[in-house]
Amino acid sequence: MTSGMRIGVVTFPGSLDDRDAVRAVRIAGGEAVALWHADANLHSVDAVVLPGGFSYGDYLRCGAIARFAPVMTPLVDAAKGGMPILGICNGFQVLCESHLLPGALVRNDHLHFICRDQKLRVESTSTAWTSEFEVSQEIVIPLKNGEGGYVADEKTLDQLEAEGRIVARYLDVNPNGSRRDIAGITNERGNVVGLMPHPEHAVESLTGPTTDGLGFFTSVLTSLVNR
Amino acid sequence: MARVVVDVLLKPEILDPQGKAVEGALGRLGLSGVSSVRQGKTFTIDVDGDVDEARLAQLHELAGSLLSNPVIEDYSIREVTA
Repeated sequence: MTSGMRIGVVTFPGSLDDRDAVRAVRIAGGEAVALWHADANLHSVDAVVLPGGFSYGDYLRCGAIARFAPVMTPLVDAAKGGMPILGICNGFQVLCESHLLPGALVRNDHLHFICRDQKLRVESTSTAWTSEFEVSQEIVIPLKNGEGGYVADEKTLDQLEAEGRIVARYLDVNPNGSRRDIAGITNERGNVVGLMPHPEHAVESLTGPTTDGLGFFTSVLTSLVNR
Repeated sequence: MARVVVDVLLKPEILDPQGKAVEGALGRLGLSGVSSVRQGKTFTIDVDGDVDEARLAQLHELAGSLLSNPVIEDYSIREVTA
């Protein structure tokens, strides 16, 4: 059964997880639409996923060059207009570089690339991508990054806390030195979400540690239907 | 031709684990008295003609948007003899 909702997944040169994101959208019941970094428009999609990977080889800074890709011009406009956008890992870095989300992602404090099944606590269910979770729900999804330490100045961190814009926090262990154990945040409107762990790798029991990641993709379909 | 050098460094309050690792290595290699190492980037940009005010303004804009991320980094621009 499909919802009829079209979810775009952008492929930049160096994206890795675009195929898994497409699969996750389909499994959740959406129509996945492949978007290319050089596209000048968003092909009438209802929401967009910026996937993980190493866009442009992580040259300069992670996400710094992807931010200026042609597809980002209509995407930034659409995000400001309320379109649901989910940035996962490298996608989160692109959203920060684009200033759609505050702060930045820096090198893990221990300098190692990390790859593990990570426990998270969902902190906010009032975003377009988390509405089907329960507040304080604990989930386990894969995490894999070298530059996943979330940083922002104290004022911004306080503001994120006060406005309920921290979407998920790391539980048990802080894997990368993120300030205040932040694994994901959202913008003021709740339509743009950046997440360092990978929900798209946890949508099928055969390949994922859980199917907890599916909730992000079913959430956005529900949000779009209820719009 | 003019040569412009843009230096980019992490802001002082941002942890620099790479700099820390280099700091440790310098100590192990016998350099004593090292109190801090910060690792940054340098861009050497050669441009035709002179760097006038308009061009410098343009360079500042790009240094603050593309070459550095103002959330975590500071930059400085200097003109050098090529």
